[in-house]
Amino acid sequence: MNMSESLAATSNVLVYSSMTVYVVAFAAFALDLSGRGRTVPAVRRRAEPKALVGAGAPSRARGGTSEVQDDEALVRRRAAAVGVTTTWLALLLHGAAVVTRGVSAGRVPFGNMYEFTLMGAAVVTAVYCTVLLRRDLRYLGVFVVGPVLLTLGIALSVLYTESAQLVPALQSYWLVIHVSVATVSSALFVIAFSANVLQLVQERRERLVAAGRPPRRGRFMERLPGSVELERAAYRLIAVSFPLWSFTLVAGAIWAERAWGRYWGWDPKEVWTFVIWVVYAAYLHARATRGWDGRRSAYLAIAGFACVLVNWGIVNIFFPGNHSYAGIG
Amino acid sequence: MQPRLGTVGTARFVWRQLTSMRTALFLLVLLAVGAVPGSVVPQLDVDAAAVVTYREEHPVLAPWLERLGFFDVYASPWFSAIYLLLFVSLVGCVLPRSRQQWTAWRSRPPRTPSRLERLPEHRVVVAAGADPLGRAAAVLRRRRYRVDLRREATEGAGGSDGAATRGSVAAERGHLRETGNLVFHLSLVGLLLALAASGLLSYRAQVIVPVGQGFSNTVARYDRFDPGAWVSAADLLPFAVTLDSLAVEFEEVVGGQLGEPRDFEARVRVDEPGGRAREDVIRVNEPLSAGGTEVYLAGNGYAPVVTVTDAQGVVVYSEPTPFLAQDSAYTSTGVVKVLGAGPGQQLGFTGGLLPTAVIDEEGPRSIFPDKRDPLLLLTGFRGDLGAVNDGLPVNVYELDTTSMEQLTTGEGEPWSVALRPGDAVDLPDGLGTLRFGYPPDVVAASAAAGAPASETEPLPRFAGLTVQHDPGRIPALVFSVLAMAGLVASLFTPRRRVFVRVLSTEGGGARVEVAGLARGEDAGLAQEVDALARALGAGVLAGSASGRAGAPRGGAPPGGHRSRGVAERPQRGRGDLDAQHEHPHRRRDLNQELRT
Repeated sequence: MNMSESLAATSNVLVYSSMTVYVVAFAAFALDLSGRGRTVPAVRRRAEPKALVGAGAPSRARGGTSEVQDDEALVRRRAAAVGVTTTWLALLLHGAAVVTRGVSAGRVPFGNMYEFTLMGAAVVTAVYCTVLLRRDLRYLGVFVVGPVLLTLGIALSVLYTESAQLVPALQSYWLVIHVSVATVSSALFVIAFSANVLQLVQERRERLVAAGRPPRRGRFMERLPGSVELERAAYRLIAVSFPLWSFTLVAGAIWAERAWGRYWGWDPKEVWTFVIWVVYAAYLHARATRGWDGRRSAYLAIAGFACVLVNWGIVNIFFPGNHSYAGIG
Repeated sequence: MQPRLGTVGTARFVWRQLTSMRTALFLLVLLAVGAVPGSVVPQLDVDAAAVVTYREEHPVLAPWLERLGFFDVYASPWFSAIYLLLFVSLVGCVLPRSRQQWTAWRSRPPRTPSRLERLPEHRVVVAAGADPLGRAAAVLRRRRYRVDLRREATEGAGGSDGAATRGSVAAERGHLRETGNLVFHLSLVGLLLALAASGLLSYRAQVIVPVGQGFSNTVARYDRFDPGAWVSAADLLPFAVTLDSLAVEFEEVVGGQLGEPRDFEARVRVDEPGGRAREDVIRVNEPLSAGGTEVYLAGNGYAPVVTVTDAQGVVVYSEPTPFLAQDSAYTSTGVVKVLGAGPGQQLGFTGGLLPTAVIDEEGPRSIFPDKRDPLLLLTGFRGDLGAVNDGLPVNVYELDTTSMEQLTTGEGEPWSVALRPGDAVDLPDGLGTLRFGYPPDVVAASAAAGAPASETEPLPRFAGLTVQHDPGRIPALVFSVLAMAGLVASLFTPRRRVFVRVLSTEGGGARVEVAGLARGEDAGLAQEVDALARALGAGVLAGSASGRAGAPRGGAPPGGHRSRGVAERPQRGRGDLDAQHEHPHRRRDLNQELRT
């Protein structure tokens, strides 16, 4: 086993390790959500978090309503904090997996679908962690770590490709520029999508509550921000992502001009990148249109994300074109 | 019963509808949906051969798709209609806004509202020095506000000893937001025009060049030439390119990627009129610039040298003949057309070239793209090759055997040969000989003249070159970059108005109120107003109109003075993009609203 092969093997081990840590983070975030907002008597409320954390509750002797709330707040923070810490740890392992993969081939690690997916998932986590430094989006944890885990699973089981050199068509610094920006942009779309879905669920709850029929299931939603704030969070993410996606489109066109002699040729990947751009442009316009509420524009954003998924999962593999670098089959 | 609109009224109504946001939104969604079929159904201008195959495989569906223009979606009338309507709508929306924005740029900032305490951010400070208005104006100008300083006559005789004059400063920033938005949309129009220019003024040519040969930039030399509508043969600037060598590299590590291409590099000599001949390199991502065109290395393959002599031993054909690769291991097929034997006696050979040949139960094929064990397989025909010299376009890679008969062996079996480089065979019926390589005397003469062996190589490679001239690409790039810059400005520029007014000038320092108003969402407004208040004052007296106690200077966290419950921000919707896309006539003047 030579150096590059052993590095590639190390990368695989790191991917599995990071997945394990992601599972812990996922569980912690799920616990954080589920442990919140129970409208049950104080005693039961106190017992539950204790059981969940497993450590002694210091406030037990003191009792009192405010104490109970503090207790619960403590537990809530701990589960979420465990989630955040483990997510950072998973990101570290995941990042190391991406780097070793790149080093094993002596190049940037987006030469095929497996590497792109591995890298993309890492960027989703990285973007989420970065946003966490500035805003408390811990409530999104489950909905970010979950998709990342799913994506890694697909990457390993379906998309896995041996580490190797690049084909000549990909030997360009535009690969670094075009693909890395596309990855960051997609990562933001992923997180925005989670926020949009939660927004729709929350909006439905709010309608039911307003109608005097609060739903019995999904109580954890009560502790999430209201639909208006979720909508704003999604908008902010998309507002950052949209210019990045535009850049992806333009950088791709410049590269296409260098590599294929035309900057736009309606290659299936180009078509779908354009479709995604148009759908998110429609979303931004819908938000500014009178008579379009947050719900209707959220549907457009979700449609945009569906296009992102098609562009990633279907176009590379099933539509023949110039972007068929998947390396599968 | 609807009132009659009349012609002008109807036109105005239609125009209003077309330029409304709803229509734009609808057209955007339609554009996205309309673009999808082109990625599912093969397109004529992308892959014409795939369209032919698709038609054969879907005999029922294909005619319908044909009628709907699905094989050429992006040039179809309905797709064109969508984007043209969208652009008309865009122009109809953006032009009036541009006019309005032009006026706004040149007008003074709005007058200071009479009741500043009703604005969402409001502070009262004691000015720490002389001329708070002048200082406020300076600070705001540094922060790139447009500033209107209105001093009023001082009441009494306080003006001379450093006390503040009465008056106010009105400042606004964020015009860049709307300007960016307009630049973005107008750049999209520019981009569309650039694309149209590309379509009309560009040409694209393809040519196959064996190593050692070259091409000149003329329509006749090209294997395929696709000119734009406004391009004529005279527009091609003369230049010539000679291919000196073509280096290739394939993955040699045994595994899943064995035989994957790793590197292609063509070394060329370029002759341009008025310039000296120069040497250059073409690689996959590094085209050559010559004569207003870019020359791309689009493909490569093998051009086996085939030499045919007639019955008298005269060489009638001896040249590299490109065989086109059919798979990733370069199993290639090609055709040799020998005209020299005379009408009715022309010869045609068709067959395959295997760079690394394997012949087993699966049949002959290549297992590696580099030439490790090349084998040329041919069968032959005699007769009339058809319209080779009529000037009509014929596919040089296909043999029309309708007026030819197949060569056979003495036993009546079809004649076929498998040749390695240098091998020669006799053709049946005493027609002559066929050799894989140049004639031995040519090789010997070349070697004697000191030429490198590569010049008489029996299996040279060829480069598939694409020549592209596109005057629209630079404008397209410029407009794309402008559009992105405008987009970023329109999404991230906060729109704010800040006002400063001197309330009273009694005592040591003037009492000054500072207030801010944001249009759309603006998380940074409170900090901005705080920073200005700190810059002016010795201490903040009141954080808001509700009369909260003032915090000591600098002691409050940013945003701590946020006023609540006094006046809701006069924003209508949720969005940062609010108010930008509305029809100008329907926009409300915020300042007017504040004065009432």
